[in-house]
Amino acid sequence: MSTPVTLRVENISKIFGRVAAVDSLSCEVRRGELLGIIGPNGSGKTTLVNLITGFVKPTSGRIIYDGRDITGAAPHKIVCLGISRTFQMVRPFYQLPAFKNMIIPLYSPRVRQQAGGGYGDRDAVALDLLEEVGFERDAHVAYKPAGTLPQGYLKRLELAKAIALAPDLLILDELFSGLSLAEVASVVPVIEKLRAAGKTIIMIEHRLKELFRIADRIMVLNYGRKIAEGTAAEVMESEEVKKAYLGSEE
Amino acid sequence: MKKRRERIDRGIKVRSEDIYALCSWREMLYLAGPRVLPAAVFLLLPLFLGVYWQKVMLSVAVFALLAMSWDMLAQSGMISLGQALFFGMGAYVSGVLNFYFGLPPWITIPLATALGGALCTIVLLPVLRLRGIYFSMVTLIIPLMLVRIIEATKIFGGTEGLSGMTPLPAGLIEVYLVTGVFLAVLFGLRRLMETDYGLVLKGIRDNDRSVTNAGINIYWFKTQALFISSAIGAFAGAFMTHIYMFVGMPVFALDYSILPIAAAVVGGVGTTAGAALGAVLLVPLSEALRGIGGLRIVMYGLFLVVFIVAVPEGLFDYIQRKYHQMERWVEIDK
Amino acid sequence: MFAGTLVFALINSFILILLALGFNLTFGISGVANFAYGALYVMSAYMSWAMMRLLSLPFWASAAVSIAITMIAGALMYRFVLLRVRGQALSEVIATFSIGLAILEVFRYLGLVGFEYTLPVFSGESFMIAGAYVDMQRIAVVLIGLMLVLGLWLFTHFTPLGLAFRGIAQDERTALTFGIDSDRLGVLSVSFGAGLAAVAATIIIPLGSIAPDEGYDVLIKALAVCIIGGLGSTGGVIVAGFIIGFAERFTDTYIGSHWTMIVSLAAILLVLAIKPSGLFGRQKELEERI
Repeated sequence: MSTPVTLRVENISKIFGRVAAVDSLSCEVRRGELLGIIGPNGSGKTTLVNLITGFVKPTSGRIIYDGRDITGAAPHKIVCLGISRTFQMVRPFYQLPAFKNMIIPLYSPRVRQQAGGGYGDRDAVALDLLEEVGFERDAHVAYKPAGTLPQGYLKRLELAKAIALAPDLLILDELFSGLSLAEVASVVPVIEKLRAAGKTIIMIEHRLKELFRIADRIMVLNYGRKIAEGTAAEVMESEEVKKAYLGSEE
Repeated sequence: MKKRRERIDRGIKVRSEDIYALCSWREMLYLAGPRVLPAAVFLLLPLFLGVYWQKVMLSVAVFALLAMSWDMLAQSGMISLGQALFFGMGAYVSGVLNFYFGLPPWITIPLATALGGALCTIVLLPVLRLRGIYFSMVTLIIPLMLVRIIEATKIFGGTEGLSGMTPLPAGLIEVYLVTGVFLAVLFGLRRLMETDYGLVLKGIRDNDRSVTNAGINIYWFKTQALFISSAIGAFAGAFMTHIYMFVGMPVFALDYSILPIAAAVVGGVGTTAGAALGAVLLVPLSEALRGIGGLRIVMYGLFLVVFIVAVPEGLFDYIQRKYHQMERWVEIDK
Repeated sequence: MFAGTLVFALINSFILILLALGFNLTFGISGVANFAYGALYVMSAYMSWAMMRLLSLPFWASAAVSIAITMIAGALMYRFVLLRVRGQALSEVIATFSIGLAILEVFRYLGLVGFEYTLPVFSGESFMIAGAYVDMQRIAVVLIGLMLVLGLWLFTHFTPLGLAFRGIAQDERTALTFGIDSDRLGVLSVSFGAGLAAVAATIIIPLGSIAPDEGYDVLIKALAVCIIGGLGSTGGVIVAGFIIGFAERFTDTYIGSHWTMIVSLAAILLVLAIKPSGLFGRQKELEERI
């Protein structure tokens, strides 16, 4: 365990009324690794992300990021500390062109502090970032209103918005869902590049094949609890995991 | 042969879209016209009007300021049902400063603008964190309650109000002062909402979660928008105190809350110019209908409902579209 | 003096609760902000008055008819105005408020103000309770208030329609998948809310007189109670009604009548600052914030 722990989740719980969306979950994420979080629908994956990023306050437990207790901190402050995320349900600003959608993340104080004073020409930076995630520059896709773009582009726009914030920890919530194999192939190099730069990445996914190819470790959730953790192979061997996904005889 | 209607940008609009517009007088006129012409009209009109109509112009400018400030809040996702709060706060602050401390108008008005804006912002801070509907409710309630409080506690003159304020230098100076501010706010706000800052505000209206996710403190931005808007409203109130040389409970009247909304809805919500246009149309109309007295506010209300339901984009949008685009019939090719 | 204040505080609380019930039903339970609420209250009172004076109908008949008409008015308002702007909070509030405004200002213009504009009390008797004379009407307020609250609770918890109302309030999409027609329910909820306003008017107006300004006051009070109690919670309305009712009455007796409004306003701002969903609000954090 030589690599330092960048995110530690300690016994986190979130109870809505009588339902425990997340139930005493603990885990650690090491710097520079790519952790995949999988589990059936409703197992608490997105709630966990909401808890980490501050959009939901935990009922109990703690979250420590880089040695700092961020439990219950305001979401925008958490972003400024270096955690950035994408949303499962993508809702861009429909009438604005795709690159104008990027302006808001580029306006963020986080960007100002990372880029030492902010970007002068946000439009140009936006176009560059979009090109990196696969918006073909010569087809001027970035200029089209976001409402006219298909899901594949919208998901990549969401990714670009998260990357624009220069995060140290990037959390991607079902990025691959809705993407064709070609689109996934265009996005994976971007993720690999971020890893090469030393960024830590957490990915929630349902598309296991694509995830297993790039993830270092996998964590499996079910009913708000962690039921398995380890490499992809280890995790898929687990009886609990098989039961969770496939059901059991009884 | 079947035909369908097609709407496309006018040639001149496309030609004037980039820097080469500078090469042609016609294109520059096309761009500058809609901006310079109304401004010129507003600046020259007072010279030709009698005193009565000058007062109407004054009213137009004041209500336009209230309408534009309402519109700015609406663009940031906050619907205020109480512009009268901003107006009244500015009116009372400047009235009090003048009555009890004897400060002259050129001090009380700027002071009331800043102080009134700050007070309104502080009072409304608790509601900024809540759903938009709470903001609307509270802005509705507060002026109505303030009226009753003033009536009951008799502070600041109670039901009689404070009178005998220092007037502004009469005649053209008052009109030009308020018209100048009106034009400055019109062009300033329009410009502001088009910058990236304005984009953030509109983003807060459309999808505040997304804006928060970008690391931006939406409450801070909302507070700023609220301050700007309430300061503009406070200016209008402070100005009117010195015009009427009186301030009293009527400054919190519903008229000051409803007419700005009606103006913005009729002119078109979301384009600052729409709010101004609406005021230019509705205020003289309401003056002309002065005879029906109390029914005027009924008229504003009905206009509001009709426009909200039937013409939601407003008149300015219609005019802008006609200016920039043309419609023609084209064949439908199989 | 204390006992007397206590009695009147109780009565005042029930008045506030009665006023707020209709608004709470419509907004809290069906999510429709009906800012024409106060206007409908006043309108129903004027209608009863007109029917008694001009058509010589007995009071109970006039009241029944005007309650019915008010309910229809509410339904029409939803059908023709709210339906078109459903979901855009801006337009809902503005549209309903403008309609309410138009109604009230027309009444003001017609000059229907004065002591002769009032509704009759049920009975002229009064009782001596704890050293203060309490008239029958006020007792009726308390009794009918209790009945309505109980009735409403039973309705929303045990009848299919009432449960459907709550379903729409909690999660409209899911309710739709259950076959609950949210549009039809919207019409019904505004209609019922309006009806409750009319019922409240029938009982409370006799304590004073009808005036257009009552419309704004009623809206403010209903809003205040619902905000403090928590939108959607009948229990909250009751508790908030008591809190504000007692606060107002005691302030009136011991501090001074002009401070009562300030107390209410301060209470609203305080609650919004500390516990925004209201004392018993059901809104969860995520939806409630902004």
